[in-house]
Amino acid sequence: MTERGVISRRDFLRRSARIGVSAVAGAGVAGLCFDPAGPAPKTADSAAIRSFDFSIPAETPQIAVVRGPDRKETLRLALEALGGIEQFVAPGDRVLLKVNAAFSSPAMLGATSHPELVFEAARHCFAAGARSVTVADNPINDPSACFTLTGIADAAQKAGAVVMLPRPQRFDRISIPEGRLILNWPVFSAPLNGADKVIGLAPVKDHHRSGASMSLKNWYGLLGGRRNLFHQNIHGIIRELSILVRPTLVVLDGTVSMIANGPTGGSMSDLKQTDTLIVSTDPVAADVLGARLLGLSPAALPFIGEAAAAGAGIADVDRLNIKELKL
Amino acid sequence: MKIIATRRIAQVFFLILFFWFCWVTTLGERWWQLGGWPVNWLLQLDPLVGMATLLATRTLYAGLLWGLVTIVLTLVLGRFFCGWICPFGTMQQALGYLSLRKKTLSEKIKANRYRTGQKVKYGLLAFLLAAAAADLVPHFLRLSVGRPAGFFLLAAAAGVIVFGFSRIGAVQSRTGLLAGFFLVAGFSAAAFFPDADPWIYAASLQAGFFDPIPLAHRGVNLTLMPLVRGELPGAAAEIRGYVGAWLIGLFFWGGLLLCLWIPRFYCRTICPLGALFGLLGRGALWRIGKQEAKCRSCLRCESHCEGACRPSGAIRTAECVLCLNCLDRCRTGNIGYRIEPSAAGEVRSCDLSRRAFGAALVAGLASVPVLRLSGHTSANWPAGLVRPPGALDEDRFLRRCIKCGQCMRICPTNIIQPAIGQAGLEGIWTPVLNFRIGSSGCQLNCVACGHVCPTAAIRGLSLDEKLGRGAFQDRGPVKMGTAFVDQGRCLPWAMDRPCIVCQENCPVSPKAILVDAVFRPVEGGLTVKRSGERFVDVDLSAAALDRPYGSGDYFCLQEDGPGRRIVSVDAGRVAMISEDSWDSPPAPGDAVTIAIRLQQPRVDPARCIGCGICEHECPVQGRRAIYVTAENESRAPAHALLVG
Repeated sequence: MTERGVISRRDFLRRSARIGVSAVAGAGVAGLCFDPAGPAPKTADSAAIRSFDFSIPAETPQIAVVRGPDRKETLRLALEALGGIEQFVAPGDRVLLKVNAAFSSPAMLGATSHPELVFEAARHCFAAGARSVTVADNPINDPSACFTLTGIADAAQKAGAVVMLPRPQRFDRISIPEGRLILNWPVFSAPLNGADKVIGLAPVKDHHRSGASMSLKNWYGLLGGRRNLFHQNIHGIIRELSILVRPTLVVLDGTVSMIANGPTGGSMSDLKQTDTLIVSTDPVAADVLGARLLGLSPAALPFIGEAAAAGAGIADVDRLNIKELKL
Repeated sequence: MKIIATRRIAQVFFLILFFWFCWVTTLGERWWQLGGWPVNWLLQLDPLVGMATLLATRTLYAGLLWGLVTIVLTLVLGRFFCGWICPFGTMQQALGYLSLRKKTLSEKIKANRYRTGQKVKYGLLAFLLAAAAADLVPHFLRLSVGRPAGFFLLAAAAGVIVFGFSRIGAVQSRTGLLAGFFLVAGFSAAAFFPDADPWIYAASLQAGFFDPIPLAHRGVNLTLMPLVRGELPGAAAEIRGYVGAWLIGLFFWGGLLLCLWIPRFYCRTICPLGALFGLLGRGALWRIGKQEAKCRSCLRCESHCEGACRPSGAIRTAECVLCLNCLDRCRTGNIGYRIEPSAAGEVRSCDLSRRAFGAALVAGLASVPVLRLSGHTSANWPAGLVRPPGALDEDRFLRRCIKCGQCMRICPTNIIQPAIGQAGLEGIWTPVLNFRIGSSGCQLNCVACGHVCPTAAIRGLSLDEKLGRGAFQDRGPVKMGTAFVDQGRCLPWAMDRPCIVCQENCPVSPKAILVDAVFRPVEGGLTVKRSGERFVDVDLSAAALDRPYGSGDYFCLQEDGPGRRIVSVDAGRVAMISEDSWDSPPAPGDAVTIAIRLQQPRVDPARCIGCGICEHECPVQGRRAIYVTAENESRAPAHALLVG
């Protein structure tokens, strides 16, 4: 240390340079980040406008209705009647089984897709050469509890299928074409994006808000977010869901129908043995047939007419060629 | 004129300017009101506000660019802001002067010695900036995903930053470096972890809690200005209340009074802004120092040293606030403000160990996800948190709000209040609307809060945007929330009393509060003794005499038929006006009912903007029978109540 404070020319220049560089760096960052206008309000980002069409072009819908109490046999018969699962699933296909796993209640209460049917459907897909089968739903109750307690997870695993849980990053914000409700709304898109074919597996159920929950209402389980806001317009949202997803096939399970206290049920006394399984390429027609099990006409279910008008299917089932069989 | 006289003039000038700006932050266009005064200028000059919001938002909002001026001047001159401009510093200096005035020279020297506690402020600064930058690394990592060049550039930048940080501090230890490494590694992993929920990774701006400029504004705005009322130009007509002002006062006045114990206690020990200036000004072009190392060691230079930076020895440059008292007190003229370093040496370190620095940094980064686990910015959003019109969505709001209280000062109805618990711990003292304490609800044609907000946490709305007119027609008015009727407390709903004060005061046109008229029987089964076109004679109960049947709210109803308005009751004769229709008057022997006509309010959520005027006016004063919660607020589309 010197007795007298001195600074060499070199030190002075070095110090000045440091200050200059710091000032310029600071000014640079400030300039790059300068935002005189301020932040914009949070508005709904413009979401991709899209829908998911997995239907196989055909002149007329193909529908089979099989009466009997044994799901394994009724499904086999129904598929046979339609020319075999090979008509719908090609070798190498990735198949999505959109089940109804909405509630964490046991299969016997009929509030969810029956695990035996999930197993059989997955098995048929693999038999047709499917590369993979994914089982997915965005349930109302806790997702993993739902898949476990309904027995669907076990059934899927036994058949070699994979359960895809609704994790946040598996949703995309989507608007459907000319949608008024599904606008910039989070949709459980990952299972749809990764599929070549989509099969809906829904039970026939009473539903207090919409009248009935069957194959069209089953697509509700693809919505995320605070979706129960759509109860403000239940028939409108089912109509839009019928535009969002056009399935390859729906399997509507009326072996046991929930005739009261839907869609949750909770008691065996809410159920009725109706011994019917409907396999259809047309979800609207399937729901008309399913409604009969609940003693409801299409007029009592406005969403049927709206979905038909939206081009999702045909409500006038009497003019369709329906293959009816009995075990 | 001596240099310290110049400094005092500057200090007094900025102190008066500060009080003036606080004073004129009231709505109006007179010269003693808001019209044109740059009331945020001191907040904008504060580079900690700019720097912290920049880290949290990656943007620098408009006037905050002034902070750059302060930074550049500090790089050249040192901590001039603390000694010459900061109003909180000036207040402390004045108090400290008073407390030391009668003390002996040695006592003064002792009070102004350097204390190791002064390093605390650097740790606090690291903590606050880390919390503000908590999602910076994941943010850039996400941006660089899929761009290898970007990723490596980022990794290099992170390395440089960690290396830079590791050089701060005096202790030779690798702890800081290691902490930095684990930090970057941890956050990289978090960013790539596929199932990471993004809502806990956020940034939180807490600098304003300790930053003396927002602190002084908050303290003066909310604990001093509201007390002034009366005839002075700009004074409020009534005392303006602020919820939890005692706590704000405790920090502000307590922070000031601590300097009776140790001079400039807050500046030396706590002030994160001072810490920032200390770090920036360590390598300043000019600095205080001795020309000759040897002197008489009288220590007079330290008797009034504001920064406690030990000018008699190896000076702690980062602590020096450029009060220049040492220069003034030295009798031999040995101390100067010069380019040459002090002949007695300089200590440039801020005395904070790398370990402590690393700990503060990690604590700051980790504090945000831990705070956010409460879910108050996601699923568990508080319904009672009604923010001012134009407030950003909660995540972005918490990245900007510096809790300065400017919006609370300007609000003409005094409804913008400092949050205590409504917004969670990190949202303390951020603005929340309270419709009981003020003089009304949010005024339809007022957008003052957003225009006074220095950081755009509340956006400056145009009237068109607030009201959903003109270019904003499609978007509709800005909604702060939605009103709900508590039918168990509402007079017409629960107590058979006409009211509809809420409906009358609803400023939305057409009104967002609708009323349904119902006739509630008060006395039934009255047998008509005689009747005429405009009267019936019946035996009324004794209780009926307490009821103002003739007030115009009561009707005489025929058995399941229409009713007529009663105009008077006299000795069992019920007189009615004839403008209401009934086909034929009740005949003697028929039964009639006296009923009160009630208008029961209900809210149309599609029209309600949540201004809270209904809640303010509701005559059920204890807990209002109509109240606003944040449902349907425009700032958060996820809080929507209606679809399609």
